[in-house]
Parts: sequence; C-alpha cells; structure tokens
Amino acid sequence: MSIKETVISQFDEVRRSSNKPGRPLTDDLVLLDSGLDSLGLAILVTKLEDILDVDPFTDSDITVPPVTLGEFIQLYERAGKPHCVHQGCAD
Amino acid sequence: MNALASPIASIRDALISAGCLRCRVLCGATSSVAIKTLLHGSSLGCNHAGELSGRSILLTTNDQLAAALALIELDGIASRIVICPPETTPEHFPSLIGKGSIDTVVSDYELPKYYSLTGLSQVRCGSTIRPVDDVHIDRRPTEWVLLSSGTTGAPKMIVHNLTSLVAPIKLATSPGEKLVWGTFYDIRRYGGLQVFLRAALGGGSLVLSGDTETTGEHLIRLSKQGVTHLSGTPSQWRRALMSPEAHRIDPSYIRLSGEIVDQAILNALRSFYPKAAVGHAFASTEAGVGFEVNDGLAGFPAAILNHDTSVEIKVCNDSLRIRSNRTASHYLDSRNGALVNGDGFVDTGDIVELRGDRYYFLGRRNGVINVGGLKVYPEEVEAVINRHPAVRMSVVRPRRNPITGSLVSADIMLKDASLAEQQSQVIKSEILEICQQSLAHHKIPVIIRYVNSVGVAATGKLSRHDA
Repeated sequence: MSIKETVISQFDEVRRSSNKPGRPLTDDLVLLDSGLDSLGLAILVTKLEDILDVDPFTDSDITVPPVTLGEFIQLYERAGKPHCVHQGCAD
Repeated sequence: MNALASPIASIRDALISAGCLRCRVLCGATSSVAIKTLLHGSSLGCNHAGELSGRSILLTTNDQLAAALALIELDGIASRIVICPPETTPEHFPSLIGKGSIDTVVSDYELPKYYSLTGLSQVRCGSTIRPVDDVHIDRRPTEWVLLSSGTTGAPKMIVHNLTSLVAPIKLATSPGEKLVWGTFYDIRRYGGLQVFLRAALGGGSLVLSGDTETTGEHLIRLSKQGVTHLSGTPSQWRRALMSPEAHRIDPSYIRLSGEIVDQAILNALRSFYPKAAVGHAFASTEAGVGFEVNDGLAGFPAAILNHDTSVEIKVCNDSLRIRSNRTASHYLDSRNGALVNGDGFVDTGDIVELRGDRYYFLGRRNGVINVGGLKVYPEEVEAVINRHPAVRMSVVRPRRNPITGSLVSADIMLKDASLAEQQSQVIKSEILEICQQSLAHHKIPVIIRYVNSVGVAATGKLSRHDA
C-alpha cells in the first residue's frame, strides 16, 4: 500500500470510529472541515506513526502546518521518502 | 508596564473608574454586549443584582458571554461564586452544591426539576442586558472558586479572590491604542479567566469563542473585530494554523500557555505572524501565573529563579515550585489536601530539567496527562479499564503527540495471558466500549497494548514512567 493509500485508509478509519462521517477524502479537502477534531487528528498522527514509523510533525522543521488533505499526505510522502545511503549523494 | 490599581473592590467598580467605556464590547458567538450598558443594566433574571448580596452561587452556563456578564455583575456582591467549566455534568452538581454551601444557582438554561425541590434559589442569566434602576449595593469581597479535574473524576474546588486573580495583570498601554482581546480558551477556566480579567480591567474589548462554531468561524469573527491580543494553548494554536482562515487575523501579541510549549509551535507562529510578539507563560489554577517567557524560545531561562520579583520560583526534586500573591488560597474540600506547602510554596508537580542555562518541561510528577490542555488522571482511566472482568491490572501513560501534546495510552495485563488473538481482540473492543460509556472523549486510550507484567515501584504504586 502506498503512503497516500495508507494515510487515506487510516483517515477514513479514525473518522468512522469517531462516528464523524464527512466529506469525500480528496486532496483539496480542508483538514478542519474533514469531520476530525484536534483529538481525531492527533489519533490519526499517532496511528500513522505506528504504521509508517515517521512523525513528520516532530521529525521535520515544519514552519506552517498542512491545511488540506493533499498537503497532509505530501508531508508523509516527503518524510517517508527513502534516503540514499551512497556517499556524496545529496538525497 | 503599568500595574493595575490595587486593590480592586470589584470588577464593576474597576470598570466605572476606568471610564472611557465607549466602543468596548464583549463579543460572544451569536451576540455582543456593549460594556457601558452593563453599568445601568442587568443580564440576571431578578430585579437587580443586589438581591443576590451575600449569596453563595453556582454559576453554570452554556454560553460564555452569559457567564462573563454574570461574573461582572456578581463579583463584589456574592460571597462566593463557583464557576462551572463546560464539561461539568449535572452528576457533579450535588457534590459542588454541598461542598460550596451553595444557596443559589445562576444558569442560562432550565435546570432539572429536582433542583426546584431542594430549596435552592434559581436565577436565570443570559447574554442580553435590560435596563435596571441604579441601586446602592454594599460591596463585599467575593470568593472565586474554580474547578479543576481531580484524580477520581470529581472536580477539585480551588479558591481564589479577585486580588490573587488580577495580581499577574500588568498591561503595556499606550494612549489611543485599541486593544481587542481574543481567546481560544474558555473563560470558565483559569487561563481564559485571565484573558477575561485583562480585557475587563485593563481596557479593550474581548472576543469569546462559541461552543458550536468552527475554528474558521471563530477566526473570521476575531478578524472582523480586529483582534490585537490572542491567547490559546499550543494545541489550539496548532489547530488555528491549520485553518484556511488563519491568514485573516493580524495580532500584535500572541500568547500560549496551558501545555508544554515546544519550539516548533513558537517557530510556526513567528513565521505565520511576523509582526506579532509571541510569548508563552507558565500558569496553573493552583499556582496562578508563574512567569512569562518572551525570548522566542521553548523552556525558560534558569535566571528566572534568581529574579527579585513578586513571584518566587524554585526547583525542588526536579519539580517547579512557586510562591506569590497570585496563588490560590486553598482547596474548598480539605480532603484534597493542602494547596500550599508549609513554606508557602505551591508544588506545581511539573518536572523540569536544566540543560545549559535553561529549564525545559518534561511532564507531570503525578502522571497527569495533558491532552490539548485538558487533564487526564491515569487512575481514573485505569479504574474504568479494570472494571472489565478479564483485566488483572492496567497502567495508563501519556503518549507524546505533536497535535495535542499528549494522548492516553494503556498497558493492560489480562488475568489469562494465554488467550487466543481473536479473544483478546474482543476484550479490547469491550474495554473500549466501557471507556466510551464512562469517560470523556479525550480520556479514552488511543493505544491499548497487552503486556505480561506492569511495573510496580518500591512504594507499591504502579510505575508510570515510560520504559
């Protein structure tokens, strides 16, 4: 499962377990309009940390938090990108 | 910086002496009130506030604006006001009424019929002002009783007076400066009450949050009122920055407190609102406002401990202790123990660590978990989990989280550790169901792990420290 699919499936699960069905999970969905409150988003981030082994909110130097689902997914895709171990490689 | 004129007889007297009430308003989610109208009017459903002279009042409202108006009217008249925060449920009322020697309930909603049979007076309050005749009322000091979660779920009743509540308020004011205070906090808790008192006594207007409005709607209202000073917990600020409406406001001062403030949220706010001064403060309902940090960095400078100010701060056994005229005087229920130690210091229970020339907060000594500014006592959650007949023991701990600071996690030891996977999954669902029936949403464990043993310290108590 890709990172995007994992994020969306967990998003959906947390939303369903909170009994907060909301709008379709599209890239332009504003997170605060998604049906998840702060606690729901916090639970989602914890579940994703356990599955993907990354917490981009803590691990990276984010200056502005994500506003849309697309930005939220990008954050995980960037954090989950495998790092090249070759010497001299900037990636 | 100007200290408020002290002592202040009552909020109402301070408003009168402040003069220049023109244009100052209290804005709720659905209505606003010009402060000036309150001096010749009442929001209470009795002839005038003087009828409540000397009463011991339980104030419970759905609407923050109704609470704000009632507080302005009742301070200096009532002998005691017990302020119920929004999560106070009717099941707590009998205990609060008994411990607070309450004779009058002031509320903006219909109380259950039971209360009309108890002999308690009931007075309605609201968010509209009707004119009343000016009547001379003798002023008296009012006890302000704030509620804070307790170990068993029953709230602790913490006694302040107006002097201790306003002691931290020092305002930098320039002639002609328009002050519009805003808060993500609820003014029925200590942090929000501080903002309310700053606005009421220090000048300016105040924009309150609404129970049902979204963060975006609140930000739009804050923007329309031209908010200049805005306060909230780190979790509330993180949520605000996730709103597309965050760019609408342009505050000159941003303040955070109520949770551990990390460098990431300070950097994010500085980047998003480059014109704003960003500060954070340490405060608790018991200790009052301890200190403010305005250097843009998380933690606090160790030099604060040696400052010769009205607030004495020391670190004993790694926990922060505070002695000042801002602290509460006592718990109303003596069974909660002494609020102040023999030496006059309040042990905040907040554990700090010295790194270089700065202290950093690590968490709470008694294991209290702070979920987005709301306290969770592990013992309360463990007691609920342990109700399940298959559970031998459980230990509840914080799990660090970048959105709410912490979440609740539970390690559970079953009586029969050899249960099949399917059976243990069923038990997990049943435990969660019990938690959902008995606990507020933020107290329900997010992570449940089965363990073969739980740590017990030499004292015989559960070891709550992370492995």
